[in-house]
Order: sequence, then C-alpha cells, then structure tokens
Amino acid sequence: MTLPASLEEAVAALTAMPAAVPVAGGTDLMAAVNSGHLRPAGLVGLGRISEIRGWQYQDGHALLGAGLTHARMGRPDFAALIPALAAASRAAGPPQIRNAGTLGGNIVTAAPTGDSLPVLAALEATLVVAGPGGQRDIPVSHLLAGRAMLEPGELIAFVRAPLLHAPQVFFKATGRTGPGRATASVALVLDPARRAVRCAVGAIAQMPLRPLEAEAWIASLVDWDGERRLAPEACEAFGEYVAAACIPDPPRPDDGGEAPALAPGVLHLRRTVAALARRALGRALS
Amino acid sequence: MSNDAATAAAAVGGTEQEQPAHGLGASLPAADTRAKTEGTFPYAADLWAEGLLWAAILRSPHAHARIVSIDTSAAEAMPGVRAVVTHADVPGDPNYGRKVVDRPVFASGLVRHHGEPVAAVAADHPDTARLATAAITVEYEVLEPVTDPEQAFAAEPLHPDGNLIRHIPLSFGDPDVTGEVVVEGLYRIGRQDPAPIGAEAGLAVPRPDGGVEIYTASTDPHTDRDLAAASLGLERERVKVVVTGVPGAMGDREDAGFQLPLGLLALRTGCPVKLAANREESFLGHAHRHPTLLRYRHHADAEGRLVKVEAQILLDAGAYADDSSESLAAAVSFACGPYVVPHAFIEGWAVRTNNPPSGHVRGEGALQVCAAYEGQMDKLAAKLGLEPAELRMRNVLATGDLLPTGQTVTCPAPVAELLRAVRDFPLPTLPKDSPEEGWLLPGGPEGAGEPSAVRRGVGYALGMVHMLGAEGTDEVSTATVKVHDGVATVICAAVETGQGFSTLARQIVQETLGIDEVHVAAVDTDQPPAGAATHGRHTWVSGGAVERAAKMVRTQLLQPLAHKFGMSTELLSIADGKITSYDGVLSTTVTEALDGKELWATAQCRPHPTEPLDETGQGDAFVGLAFCAVRAVVDVDIELGSIRVVEMAVAQDVGRVLNPAQLAARIEAGVTQGVGAALTENLRTPRGLVRHPNLTHYALPTALDAPDIRIVKLVEERDVVAPFGAKAASAVPVVTSPAAVASAVRAATGRPVNRLPIRPQAAVSNP
Repeated sequence: MTLPASLEEAVAALTAMPAAVPVAGGTDLMAAVNSGHLRPAGLVGLGRISEIRGWQYQDGHALLGAGLTHARMGRPDFAALIPALAAASRAAGPPQIRNAGTLGGNIVTAAPTGDSLPVLAALEATLVVAGPGGQRDIPVSHLLAGRAMLEPGELIAFVRAPLLHAPQVFFKATGRTGPGRATASVALVLDPARRAVRCAVGAIAQMPLRPLEAEAWIASLVDWDGERRLAPEACEAFGEYVAAACIPDPPRPDDGGEAPALAPGVLHLRRTVAALARRALGRALS
Repeated sequence: MSNDAATAAAAVGGTEQEQPAHGLGASLPAADTRAKTEGTFPYAADLWAEGLLWAAILRSPHAHARIVSIDTSAAEAMPGVRAVVTHADVPGDPNYGRKVVDRPVFASGLVRHHGEPVAAVAADHPDTARLATAAITVEYEVLEPVTDPEQAFAAEPLHPDGNLIRHIPLSFGDPDVTGEVVVEGLYRIGRQDPAPIGAEAGLAVPRPDGGVEIYTASTDPHTDRDLAAASLGLERERVKVVVTGVPGAMGDREDAGFQLPLGLLALRTGCPVKLAANREESFLGHAHRHPTLLRYRHHADAEGRLVKVEAQILLDAGAYADDSSESLAAAVSFACGPYVVPHAFIEGWAVRTNNPPSGHVRGEGALQVCAAYEGQMDKLAAKLGLEPAELRMRNVLATGDLLPTGQTVTCPAPVAELLRAVRDFPLPTLPKDSPEEGWLLPGGPEGAGEPSAVRRGVGYALGMVHMLGAEGTDEVSTATVKVHDGVATVICAAVETGQGFSTLARQIVQETLGIDEVHVAAVDTDQPPAGAATHGRHTWVSGGAVERAAKMVRTQLLQPLAHKFGMSTELLSIADGKITSYDGVLSTTVTEALDGKELWATAQCRPHPTEPLDETGQGDAFVGLAFCAVRAVVDVDIELGSIRVVEMAVAQDVGRVLNPAQLAARIEAGVTQGVGAALTENLRTPRGLVRHPNLTHYALPTALDAPDIRIVKLVEERDVVAPFGAKAASAVPVVTSPAAVASAVRAATGRPVNRLPIRPQAAVSNP
C-alpha cells in the first residue's frame, strides 16, 4: 500500500507496480476484498491527493476532482452548479457510503446501477485521465462502453462537465424507501445554449442509454426563448418514446407472425422508465 | 422512562402509569446493553485461543449433482494446511437432523442443494484455509434440479426418505356444506431469510479426555450437543457446547451442521479451531422460511359469516426435513386464522426439493397462511360490500371456540377486542393535511416520488401463533437459583437470543426474593436442558422454572425466621434487601438472615402435555395460543409500484406485561421483520442457486423503511396455565404484519396482491 500525495506520485506508483489497484473510498473495492473475491497485489491509496478532492472552473466547464465524495457533491453549493449530479450523489446509498465513495470510484466500478453514470452521460462529460505520458481526455461514454480503456499506470484524475445554467433532474426507482440500488434511473438536463434536451437512462443495461431521437424530438417542441413549458401530453409521449427506445419491443419473427410480448417484469420496467422520463421532463420544464 | 416503555404503558393503562423500578412490570434494561452499545460485548467471532487454527468449508456450487470423486491431495499438500475432512472422515453417524435424521454432515455421493457442505479444511490462516478449499478437486456430474415443489410429487426421489416429508389432510365438519358466497385465491409466499446481523462463528477446543468443547451461539445447546456427539462418535458427556453471545436469532443458529465440521477438525488436529462465516456463507448455511403455495376457497353466508374453508397448502421444505413437519402442522392448524369456521378441509404437504433447506424462522407456517386467509377475507368483504374490518369482526374467534383441529381454545382469545382497538385508533394524517411534516414519499427522500401518483390504503390482518413445541413435544426446563452475600445468581440453560430471557429471569428473582442484584450465569450443556430458544419457550417454561426455584429459596430463607417468631413465611415480605413482618415487629436484612450461608434451589417447569395431530388433522396439539391485530397504512406510487408503509397499528394479546420497554421493542422488531417479508425480503434461487447471498441485494428494512409503529393496545388477560399469565410476544407480530401490508396495498391499488413479497408490478394501478 502506498499513499502518494500528488497525481504525479500516484501515476509513478502505478507505473512501478502495474498489478497494484488504485483505491479511493473503497466502498466497492474493499467489499470485494473482504468477501475474498479480489486479492490485489498492492493498493495505491488516493486519499491524500488534495488536488482531486475539489473542483475548479475552466472555460464554462467544471473540472471535478475524481476524489470528490458523494457527500461533498450532495451539498447545496455543488447542487447550484450541477443539480443532477448532486441529486444522484444524495441518492447513492446510505450516509456511510456517501461519505467515503467518490465520483471517480463510481465511474471505474462502472456498475450498471452507478447513480452518477446516467448524469455524466446526459452531461456528455469527459474524463481527464492522468498517465505516464501526461493527461488525455476520454468521453465518459467511451470508457463505459469499452470503446476506450485505461492503460497501465493511468487513473481518472478529473471529470470535465459543462455548466449549463438550466434545470437538471435525476430520478431513480428503487425497491425500497431506504437506500437501495436503482431498478431504473433517469437523468435529464436542459442545454439552452444548444437548444437541447439530453436524457440518459441508467440501471437497465450495462451502461447508461441515450434515447437520442426522443431528445431531438422533444427539444424541437420546446419554446427555448419563451416559457419552456410543454403540454402534459407531450411529456407523456416523451416518456413513452424514451422507454420504447431503451426497452424496444421484441422483433417480429421472420415468418411475419405476431411479435412475442414482453415479459411482465420487462414491461413493468418499461413503464417505470416511461414514468421517470415523463416526471423528469415535467420537473425540468416546470 | 424510555419512549418504548411509555408507549407500552400507555397501551396497557390508557395513561402512563408509574412503573416499579425492579421486579415484574419494571422496564429493567438488559444487563449487557451498555457493552453491546459500546461494541465491547464478546460474540463468538471475537473468541481466540492459543495456537488456534482456522476452518473453512467447501460448499456445493450445484443444486443437484452426483459426486464422482473428491481429491483433497492438493489441498493437503499446501503449506499451513493441517487437516482436510470429507464425509469419509465422520467417525459417528454420517447424518444428523433435529427432528428427522436425514441430513449428511458432508455430502457423500450426492449434493442436494446449493451450499451443501462437501469438505472442510483447518489451516493456520483463514486465507490459507479458503485457498485450500479451492484446491480441493470435486468432480460433479450435474443433475437436473427439482426446484418447483409441485414437481416434487412426481419427481424421482431426491433422498432415500422420499420427497414427501409430511402430509396432513385435515378434515373438520361436513364436506358437502356450501356457502352463498364463494371466493377463491391462489397465494405465493417467498423465501425470507433470518439474515442475522452477526454471521455464524464458533470455536472448538479439544479436551484432554478426547472430547471437545464447542463455543458458539447455539440456540438449542443440548440438542446440538447430542447431534454433535452422535456424529463425532463420542459419548454425550465428552461433548460440551458453551453458548456465547448471540448476535441476532430469528431462527436456529449455528446448528449441528456448523458445529460438526468444527468439532471434527478440532479432534483431527488436536488444536483449537475457529470458523467465522462471511455473509455469503451465512446465507448459504442457515435455513430459510418455507416458500409456500396456497390455494383457498372460502364459503360464507350472505351476512358474511364463514361457512367453510377449503385449502391446499404446499410447503417447499428444500433438500432436508429440518423443522418442516412442525411448520406444516402450524400452517394447517392455523389455515383459517383466528376466525370461527364450522367446516374446514385443509390439505397440507411439505415436500423435498433441491432448493436450500427451509426450517425454523419466527412464525413459520403461521405467517404464510395468514397472508392467504386475510387475502380471502378481503375478497369476501369486497364481494359482500362490507368494510374489511366489519367482515372480520363478524367471524372472530373467542375463548371456548374450536380450532379446525378440534382443539378447544381454552386460553384467553381477546381477538374482537384487539380488532376493535386497531380499527378505532385514529388514522394518521394525509400529507396534504399536514404538508409541514416533510412527508417521505414511496421510493425514499431522493427517489422519484410524485405526490399526484400516490394513493393511500388501509388494511387489516389478524394473526395467531402457538407457543412452545406442538404435537406432544416434551417441554421441560430446569433452573437453579442461588443466593449468597445478598447477591442472587440464576443458572438456567435458556439461551438469551435477544428475546430478553436473562432480563426476565432477573426480574423474577427480584420480585420473589426482593434482592436487586441478580446475575444470570452463562449457558453450557453441563447445565440441565431448557429447550430451544423458540416459540416463546423461555418466557413460559424457563421463566416458570426460575420462579419456582426462587420461591424455594425464599422459603429456605424465611422459614427459620418465621419459625423463630411463630408466624408463617407468607406474613414476611422482602424488599430492598430487607425482611419485614406484616406488623413491622421483625425487621432484618437478607444478609443477616443468610448469616453467611449459601442457599440453593433447583426446580423444573413442565407445561401440560399435548398430542400429535391424527390422520385427519385432529388433536389437542398446542399448549397455548397468542393473537395479534394489525392495521397497516401504506402509500403506494401507483405508476412505479413503489410502496411505503406509513404506519402499523398493533394490538396484541400478551397475557401480562412483564417488562414494558422490552415488550415494546419485541413488537417493533417483529413488525419490522414482517414489513420486510411483505415488501423486500426474498432470497431468490433460480434453478436452485442462491442468486445474491449478500445484504445489498437481500434488502432488509432500513430505518427509512420501518414505519411508525403504534402499539395501541396490549390486552392483559392472564393465561392461567402460563407462569405469570404471560404470553410470548415476538412471533405473532411477524406473522400478522405482512398480511396487513398486503391488505393495505390491495385497498390502495385495487389489485389482488396475492404474492409476498409484493413486487412493484403487482402494485401499479393498471398493469
């Protein structure tokens, strides 16, 4: 176990011992270690790297340190910057987890139920990765989809997220009232400068899903220079559009017969996504 | 006084009464409260011995497979490994079982469920032991598992004993009678896990005489000792089970299946051996609540009075018999609930499958049928256009009525009073009426709650359980009370599982002897047996034994004084360590009266015997019954199907309140466990494999899920055959709460809700 004090030292430690695993909050990693599923050859603790525990502004963007905890991001000052990420952080498990778990950890664990992931997808955030060759940028969706990988010696240093100055919503459905993993979640952000609505659905697939056509359609209905309100029927239709895009009907069989019906559980999930997307849009435009 | 105590006191007397500081009726705190709060209380996982080895168990990854070969050579060759044992190394009986001896200590030839022990290793480090189990090569021929209990009847026998563990065709009254109104229903109850907060752990220490001492959180130490001795091939006297702190017990804990590998490894290595299960092993190792399938047909007359109940009840016992026979007896006997039913035809089966074994979990059998018969009562009420509470009121059982088993209810059965109490209790305000309270919507504070989609529902359920062992179980407990130097000590093998026995024992001695300082000795099997810590046994049987022993000590203490002053011992009283006569002439201290002597007395308590159910399900099978009424108020988001239980109002038949704070805590715990069974707790086992043996996916209720629990009435009608007149209090709220929640969700959504736990898709308004 090493405890580097800067990103540079952390990269050096990871390069020197490629089998070592970086650890920040440890809420996922240490659970796997304790249950015997993982036995890392070494650990590089990121807790002392102060430069990744805060945020700074950079050309209309926020440069978020990967070591920001959920608890920190849940506070009102952060919520004023990126409201959806703050809401997702507040929903990310019980206080013990939120106090320790970090933004970077949520991304690298890449659990389908990771609460920050649909928000980052909707924000089209970019990861700033530190490595032996310096820093490089990777769109967060590329990492989650496996289109880009972290190379040996690399770790996530920052997340670059746009500051949109407009309403954002994160909603999640869970099986209980207390903290629980999402059965489905929806992040929705308005981007008035680009006259866009961006939406991502979490927890129902291996990575957050973006219903791009539904986004474009609903953005075309919004009066961006006016009150930005929509009829309830439009929100309803948006919800159905998003849900059908993320959980499509089964394909019709080749012989042209009836398409098989969705299983009741899947149908319920689709209804849940529709309700969440409708409620999220309604909230963002209210 | 704590809040709990205040609530309970208010529920008893209507107003807050002054409570005594000691003795019966006092809210005496448990002696270990402080140590448990501060984290210094020692549990089995904290035990340590010089030179101890660590054990690990290799468990079957398959639900059903033939073992072709087991090769332990690689594991044995690992440095640090001291012993590897399999079925071939069991010196005594290769099988064990509390009621039916049908379960191998280690699988031999066949594995019948996921997680069945196949081998065990002792090594000098826990990681070495785990790695060694991974190095054992077991060649399996995977077989098709039988996981649907309905398939078990026709399937090839999974065990030499066959697939039918028990069948009870209860027949009561006239089968040809019919009612004017008939409702039918099919209900499914899931697999609740006891999920004790402390996972299983134990330490076995070999003795110089060739025996072994096992330190663990056993809840039935004498039975476990006997089973361990039989399988270890030792005389009983050479096996001693020492009970450590119990970190939560909702069923049997650390039973023989856990103790045997430990004992065997200690004997093989000659060293102390410790085994501490992780969460996954804990889920795989202990028994679960019986998943149950129930078909019901209720007949009633036009006024809503029950005429006949027909039911088929199928309990999935899993791979081994365990407690299934008793669970089935409870399910069949209480299939109609605390309602008067003139004609009943209940057929029950417990069958063997390749699912994880089911066993004793609080309220077993009774919980499953409660959810079903209350579902039927709701259907009847809807069909007759009656209020659900009114329909129930027209059918409630009372003392003197008959159970479908032909047994007359002789104990107090204040069911109507309980129902009236919860029905008449004011309903909680609606969010729109008190917006300032910051209402928690279904789905939680950061969920997707949408007030306009939330509907409120109110539901009722009445439940019952039996106390003590049923069907002719010999119930006996022995206790010793010792007084020396003004301090009393209780020695009784009743295990304190959190049910509060040790506090109660202290209160009984305080009450009888007037001595405030009372210690309860640790439990081991050198003491005479007291029975398992289940079915309210210790409040009744062990509490009764403690009282008798204390009374004998009292007589020994007072007789010489009484003799000296020429009065009977009844005219002397003891309080605050002082003995005084009725006229105040005599006044001395207990210490003086003892005069340096040590007084001992040992007594037994044996309740009246019961009889097994006969071939038509008839018989006086139960010693006592306890009843409970629950009114649930739920909020349901009818689009997402998310449910929040807002309030549970409980009225309970407790006989007598012995410790108000403890009683309130037991009821609150029971209701919360019931809410878990109703909404989230279900250990899923697709194809017989335990899917998610962890507390992330097995969702226990958290503080946010636990509703407001209002104990609105505690009916104190003393049961004359029970010591102190008190009834067991822990199980009946667990039994009744899930049915009440289901009833409330029905009211909120208009959906049938025939499955527990309630899935979100069953709670959306238009599916």
